[in-house]
Amino acid sequence: MSVFAFLVEYREEVWLRTMEHLALVGISTAGAIAIGVPLGIAITRRERLRAPVLGVANVFQTIPSLALFGFLIPVPFLGGIGARTAIVALVVYALLPIIRNTYAGVTGVDPAIREAARGMGMTDRQVLGLVELPLAVPVMLAGIRVATVIGVGIATIAAAIGAGGLGVFIFRGVAMVDHAVILAGAVPAALLALLLDGGLHLVERRLDWRRR
Amino acid sequence: MKLSWTGGGVKRASGGCAAPTGPWESAGRVPDPAIRFEAAGFAHGEQRVLGPLDLAVQAGETVVLLGESGAGKTTALRLVNALLSPTAGAVHVLGRRTSEWDVVRLRRSVGYVIQDVGLFPHLTVAGNVGLVPRLEDWPRDRTERRVGELLELVGLPPGEFAARRPHELSGGQRQRVGVARALAADPPILLCDEPFGAVDPVTRAELQREFTALTTRLGTTVLFVTHDVREALRLGDRVALLDVGRLTFLGTPAGFRSSGDPGPRAFRELV
Repeated sequence: MSVFAFLVEYREEVWLRTMEHLALVGISTAGAIAIGVPLGIAITRRERLRAPVLGVANVFQTIPSLALFGFLIPVPFLGGIGARTAIVALVVYALLPIIRNTYAGVTGVDPAIREAARGMGMTDRQVLGLVELPLAVPVMLAGIRVATVIGVGIATIAAAIGAGGLGVFIFRGVAMVDHAVILAGAVPAALLALLLDGGLHLVERRLDWRRR
Repeated sequence: MKLSWTGGGVKRASGGCAAPTGPWESAGRVPDPAIRFEAAGFAHGEQRVLGPLDLAVQAGETVVLLGESGAGKTTALRLVNALLSPTAGAVHVLGRRTSEWDVVRLRRSVGYVIQDVGLFPHLTVAGNVGLVPRLEDWPRDRTERRVGELLELVGLPPGEFAARRPHELSGGQRQRVGVARALAADPPILLCDEPFGAVDPVTRAELQREFTALTTRLGTTVLFVTHDVREALRLGDRVALLDVGRLTFLGTPAGFRSSGDPGPRAFRELV
């Protein structure tokens, strides 16, 4: 059976797996933003924290994903079999680009602009909220985009611990030695990655002060 | 319209130091001297950058700090708006030591223009100029009115310029916006750090002329930093010459021209 025929015949399951996949990536990226952006900001304020925070995020990134999923299974509350464990792992992977780009975006603001902001009597919070973050948005979004695309790839492995997603077809295809089934997972995953990348790129452009 | 006067109200409440109340009425209400350096010094560890400096800037007066790079001019300026704290002595602004001021209130009473301007690239011209009023919670229509007045005042018709962004302006126009922004909340004191350093000579002369006219009209007390002796003589009511952190001459431009001291003489040779 060709990939196309497979996709048509099993379109309901393909749709379901795609939506599962999207949910895994969406929830985990949102979680990583919620953790990573404040952490990225924190290390611009406390330079001492920078090396340890980036170091830990870096180490997380080097753990092979299948191993990380495996490690998380026995962990209470966070772990177990299923989507929750997968989301925790995906958050861990998405953190580094988000923290790093938040840090780079904020510290990359022209010192003259920061000086002017402080000199006009802005509090640290106002400098951050009215000047540094708006100017850092394009760089931060680029990090979020990278994290999302990586997430789409890694989320295929989440099927190994019963989290669903398009990886289900890939693992099934490997087990059946059936290329069409593998591709039925891989092609939609690739399309999803391209789609999210393009979509976020558009958002990035709309929010970029340099293009207005 | 919500009737509030938060800006002025907070200022008045925050001190007996008579901050400005209405538009363009600063001068009469500012205590004399507006700025006073009292044996003020600044050092990085062992390295003395400035001082001890004794200097009083009278209300409504323009004093130019002249000196070579590294003379401590910028440091002196940054002591006034507490971007730096003196490591010796004290600086008094509007009758109060900078260490006793709430830094946010202090900085909003003191306009600050720097060479790189530091306009916010993500905001329009109007957004830049109206930022301090916005921080002071002025009602929107009052902010808009003030922005319009200020842009007129610095020679940028608001109809044409208010909606532009900084990258759509020439160097001279950016400097004008910088000055307008610094004056937005009607500060009695204006600090300028080589604001016209990066524009061409023709624009520069024009900006200097307009600047003098503007600050005279508003009665603003100005402390102006430059390494350009012509600019110093043109703008200053008095010129203060700094050399490696010390005041070597203080007097009128006429006094500077006729002084026999080695400092002014060395600088005069450049003219």
